[in-house]
Amino acid sequence: MDLIANLALGFQTILCPQNLLYCFLGVLIGTLIGVLPGIGPVQTIAILLPATFALPPVSALIMLAGIYYGAQYGGSTTSVLVNVPGEASSVVTCLDGYQMALQGRAGAALTVSALGSFVSGCFATLLLAVLAIPLSELAFKFGPAEYFSLMVFGLIGSTVFASGSLLKAVGMILFGLILGGVGTDVTSGIQRFSFGIPELADGIGFVPLAMGLFGISEIIKSLERKEKREIIKGKLSGFWLKRKDLKEAAPAVVRGTFIGSFLGILPGGGAILSSFMSYMVEKKVSRNPETFGKGNICGVASPESANNAGAQTSFIPLLTLGIPSNVIMAMMAGAMMIHGIQPGPRVINANPDLFWGVIASMWVGNLMLVILNLPLIGIWVKLLTVPYRVLYPAILLFCCIGIYSVNNNVFDIWLTAILGFLGYLFVKLECEPAPLILGFVLGPLMEENLRRGMLISRGDPSIFFTRPLSLAFLVMAFVLLVVIAVPAIRKKREEAFREEG
Amino acid sequence: MYLKNSKDFKVGLLFIIFGTGVTLSAQLYPIGTAAKMGPGYFPFVLGLMLTILGIAVCLKSLSKGKGLKRKMTLRIRPVTFVLSSIFLFGLLLHPLGIILSTFLLITISSMASDEFNMKIAIFDAFVLILLILIIFVYFLQFQIPVLPAFLRGRS
Repeated sequence: MDLIANLALGFQTILCPQNLLYCFLGVLIGTLIGVLPGIGPVQTIAILLPATFALPPVSALIMLAGIYYGAQYGGSTTSVLVNVPGEASSVVTCLDGYQMALQGRAGAALTVSALGSFVSGCFATLLLAVLAIPLSELAFKFGPAEYFSLMVFGLIGSTVFASGSLLKAVGMILFGLILGGVGTDVTSGIQRFSFGIPELADGIGFVPLAMGLFGISEIIKSLERKEKREIIKGKLSGFWLKRKDLKEAAPAVVRGTFIGSFLGILPGGGAILSSFMSYMVEKKVSRNPETFGKGNICGVASPESANNAGAQTSFIPLLTLGIPSNVIMAMMAGAMMIHGIQPGPRVINANPDLFWGVIASMWVGNLMLVILNLPLIGIWVKLLTVPYRVLYPAILLFCCIGIYSVNNNVFDIWLTAILGFLGYLFVKLECEPAPLILGFVLGPLMEENLRRGMLISRGDPSIFFTRPLSLAFLVMAFVLLVVIAVPAIRKKREEAFREEG
Repeated sequence: MYLKNSKDFKVGLLFIIFGTGVTLSAQLYPIGTAAKMGPGYFPFVLGLMLTILGIAVCLKSLSKGKGLKRKMTLRIRPVTFVLSSIFLFGLLLHPLGIILSTFLLITISSMASDEFNMKIAIFDAFVLILLILIIFVYFLQFQIPVLPAFLRGRS
């Protein structure tokens, strides 16, 4: 079996001491930032991107992936204990998790979320391994028209996430696409929008952009709010699940896993959408929906399984098609490109150790998380008492040094400050920056494929509508757009976001 | 006419200004034809789309009758101190070296918080300078100027 041989290669890669160490570091850092409200995986990956330069690409990606799914674990801890979601994806966990904690069942809630995450993580990893080869083979049949349409679909998908008006989200995509075009045009060698600044000849750096829009602006935003944290008092106990709990939670874990795995693959999907969706489904299928929000164990088990599954399956479109489906995957794409690897179907053949190593590392990382999370909860809770005013200057400092080290260039630090201001402006104007980042990453690719497609068809745009796969993507994009714009659904979507804020 | 959503109106304006700017400056580069697109083609189209979208956002934010009036609350303190500390860090890193610029970054950015305390900020700065020297300079061997330029001698 190819699959077994491939997975064996993957485990061989991850089980060397160096990669194990970076996997461990990744999940540890991920859990840490998952616990701390105010910095999420996006900011952390942005901040740590430069630090991974010195590493071989395999170790770098293993570590960054670890941060992502580690944060899903950590986020649930604070949701349960403090009623403050460490991550957006654990917002719904607060609803029932905190109630369980108030009833003295905090231990059970944490155990079920850790176990649920582990089960779903294992399943998602397997799914990734199984789907990878057929999908990347499909991708080889793609011409420029298919790629262009797929990217349109992916970009429209990213607006599902954006709270607020659809028009604004589409505007942010365009903003990102334009920013992605800054720098030397590959085909003609002409420098665009560089204003004679030599540092802009290579385009706007991904690291300053990501850090400015997510890191810096988030810090400013948090500083405008007052700190408010109440940690649950009393001893944590009862980590072992009762048989009744287990019986109730097991089917919820399975449902959550499937929902998460499916939504993670779709563009715009990922951990956040998965957790919201699975909570809604759980409430629908439950025999006693009135107990939700009052400490129902299914309300913790299902979203926690779903967000972890979604976090992992969102790697599928990135690694097989080269299309990042959400911001974090855009970050991973950025990281791969910095290491000289073009994400896409070629990765699987050109760098099999990287591809299968990252997949196997997810399984190992999930195991580490279960072992790490349950005994260390006491330490994580203590961490919450570190005041933000001590924390954020340190974050700023690491940002600045990180940015500088990319090119040993102070221009990038200034650029980050400017983009940080832009990001702050967007926050104030209620514009979600996530579609912008996706547009930025996909911009150059989209332009290239559009130009190639039109060159092949001699300027006839119907090439995008006559090729069946390309048409299918465009139709899906259109349907998605309509679905988001339909008022009834939009209301639901806004409700979900209100709970978040 | 009544401004229903002043935030959205500003977003629309931002899109229009940026969009027209891009559309106009894209014409500095060869546009080419649909079959053989020049470097100006893609930005030109995108800028145009953004402008149109901006107009739509603006129009949507205007409405007759009474609407939700939402105001932007801006707080000057966090923005100014955080951004200026980063900017200064970039400006002073080469002439002053990492030790002094870290000290300035930490103390200035600490002022952004409402609970600013000079003693804690200075203590924070010392701890972090030590950390930086150990992690980045000693272990990771980052190429960062450590001492101020006038103490560094020729290199």
